[in-house]
Amino acid sequence: MSDHRWSWTAVRSLPSQPDAHVPFMLEILHELKRLGWDGRDYFGVELALAESLANAIHHGNRLDESKQVHVECKASDERFWIRICDEGAGFKPLLVPDCTADENLECSGGRGLALIRAFMSHVEHNERGNCVTMEKIRSNEPFMRRNCRPCDGDDSTPK
Amino acid sequence: MATPRRIKITESGKVSVITFNDSKIIDESEIQEFGQELYDLVERDGRKKIVLNFANVEFLSSAALGKLIGFDKRVKQHGAELILSNIRPEIYEVFAITKLTKLFVIKDDEADALAAI
Repeated sequence: MSDHRWSWTAVRSLPSQPDAHVPFMLEILHELKRLGWDGRDYFGVELALAESLANAIHHGNRLDESKQVHVECKASDERFWIRICDEGAGFKPLLVPDCTADENLECSGGRGLALIRAFMSHVEHNERGNCVTMEKIRSNEPFMRRNCRPCDGDDSTPK
Repeated sequence: MATPRRIKITESGKVSVITFNDSKIIDESEIQEFGQELYDLVERDGRKKIVLNFANVEFLSSAALGKLIGFDKRVKQHGAELILSNIRPEIYEVFAITKLTKLFVIKDDEADALAAI
């Protein structure tokens, strides 16, 4: 992993204001497009960026303008790696309710985390819970088909 | 009544067909506006049959999903009906991962939705 040849790297600190992450997120996505990313791989990173950066600003730093969100990321045509740290107290991922349980379907939280885990190849939180490290390895996997969960690449699954 | 900025409303008989003006809603203020415009359909306008046509939607964050769930609650509270249609594979996967396919009635296209509502 450490000897991977990255094509692009960036380090930024973002203010804790609504939508402060959007320009940097668009910059990252522009680089991924330039590196040939598309389809489910690109969409998954886009979704993970939107969810995790907004989480850091809103839930991590609670929009406290004295705090910043620190982002380090690297990209190549095969991999995308990012670490996002806020200056908040942190959270325990295991204590986030399972938003996919029938009784929680209409609850407000947990969906962003579920989407990040579903689309990224690796997701790791530090012990304090204020930093998330994510990696996406390009797979060219197709999107899930309707009436087919999970597909597991089995073409015989009825539609 | 102000013209909504995030959605477009077309009447098809007694059914209101809603399409989205933005392919991606990312900004928080836009998400708030999007939610309020949906809520107005039932709370202010009293519409009873609604089809949400997602043909134009390329990206949907959990914040926007939260607005859809809030809309669904209001639809039920007001005794209205809601069907979603024309959902692209990537957006359908977002619904499937979060199990919202259990909460919403989803049809392949607008004609199917209109026939079912």
